[in-house]
Amino acid sequence: MRPERRLLFFVAAAAGFAAFLVWGLTGLPAFGHYRGPYGYLIDRLTVHYTHATGLVSAVNFFFRGFDTVGEEFILFVAATGLATVMRGLREEENEVSGGEAVSAGVSVPRTSDGVRTLALLLTGPTLLIGWWLTTHAQTDPSGGFQGGAVMATAVVLIYLAGEYLKLRRADPIVVTDSVEAVGAAGFAIVGLFGLVAGGTYLAEVLPLGKHIGAVNAGGTIPLISLCVGVEVMAAFLLVVSEFLGQTLVLKGALDS
Amino acid sequence: MSLFPYLVAAWIALVGLYGLVTSRHLVHQILCLVVLQSSTYVLLLAVGFKTGGIAPYFSDVSGRPVTVDPVVQALVLTDIVVEVAVTSLLLGLAVRAHRRFGSVDPEELRQLRG
Amino acid sequence: MILSDATFRPPTTAWAGQLLEVVLLVLVAAAATLVVLTRRPQRQVVVLSGYGLLLSLLFFALQAPDVTLSEMTVGAVVLPLVVLLTISKLKMQPGREEEKK
Repeated sequence: MRPERRLLFFVAAAAGFAAFLVWGLTGLPAFGHYRGPYGYLIDRLTVHYTHATGLVSAVNFFFRGFDTVGEEFILFVAATGLATVMRGLREEENEVSGGEAVSAGVSVPRTSDGVRTLALLLTGPTLLIGWWLTTHAQTDPSGGFQGGAVMATAVVLIYLAGEYLKLRRADPIVVTDSVEAVGAAGFAIVGLFGLVAGGTYLAEVLPLGKHIGAVNAGGTIPLISLCVGVEVMAAFLLVVSEFLGQTLVLKGALDS
Repeated sequence: MSLFPYLVAAWIALVGLYGLVTSRHLVHQILCLVVLQSSTYVLLLAVGFKTGGIAPYFSDVSGRPVTVDPVVQALVLTDIVVEVAVTSLLLGLAVRAHRRFGSVDPEELRQLRG
Repeated sequence: MILSDATFRPPTTAWAGQLLEVVLLVLVAAAATLVVLTRRPQRQVVVLSGYGLLLSLLFFALQAPDVTLSEMTVGAVVLPLVVLLTISKLKMQPGREEEKK
């Protein structure tokens, strides 16, 4: 189909789609006038059931915990899929560039001292923030999903400082792969403990804590949040290393 | 105002679709998909919003404050993380397609298939 | 008993918050359009991370601080980084354009 005809086709189809969409949207409650029971139910039930005061994490890791296991495995499968897609490419490139010789002593473009210093200085605080976010899911606007992303950013800062090749000796892809598996399995295992001890998958088996809204409140919520944080961090790092590793290998091959 | 946020979400979705259809570069196309997906965040959060409601975190449980719906926020939260993973997978496939066909133009990819 | 809250009436003095929401919604819609209309991926990445920041501000105004955090780290750091790496990878691979020369 020629571009002009395709655009014409799209405009006609989009007009119909937009009409249906807007018609459907007019049926929603007016903006700001929320109806529907779930929000109110969660408001009333969360503190009683979990002793946690962060409702969003309570929804994610307690009320719809089983659903979140599924989401977590989407992340896991996507990262694994990417690794599979890129692995074939990596082998092809290793043939071209002479294999491991490249990663041993290549001249990667120098990072400027300012960038290196700043990146390394920021690594510690970033990691700390990520850890804080991961472990305070039960009380504050935080949780494993955000904390994991921030912790991954901290490691990416090390990459940015030009230290990637030093880390590469530890083979980041194998390491992150294993860490990711530990995170994903951790969540599933917490659920299995619930099945054994409480009768249902992801049943609450830990003490809720005496004080509502304390850091040790929330039963399994902090534990699951930690697993999710580890999983998200490893998945993001796996993604970045897959792209970064190959780019550096190629750059090294071109430079030498 | 009662409908405006929903219309913004619909607009973002339509703009993203337009980009998907007319794109001539795989990376551009994938980023248009990101835009299309972001319309769901706006729609979900708009549906769960209460005028005057506060964020769903209780600092004082005795006061029974009015909070916005935490369920849609939990949905958006996981949605964003999954979006990144899926986008990365698509970008990886784009790199492979470029390797195989030597082009990132979706039009040319189709010609090469036959 | 629980559902009796469904008769919740929003306060009428919320116009300042509403103004902020409208401004942010307009900006987000404009930024989304700009992301799609920016055809060169190198430039599009920058616009996209700006769009991510605007989105996270909107989420903050909509009382979703956790989603704000998520969108900030993802939209402003992780996604642009991965896209930039992809672009540099595509540049280094021999494409058909280079072969023609």
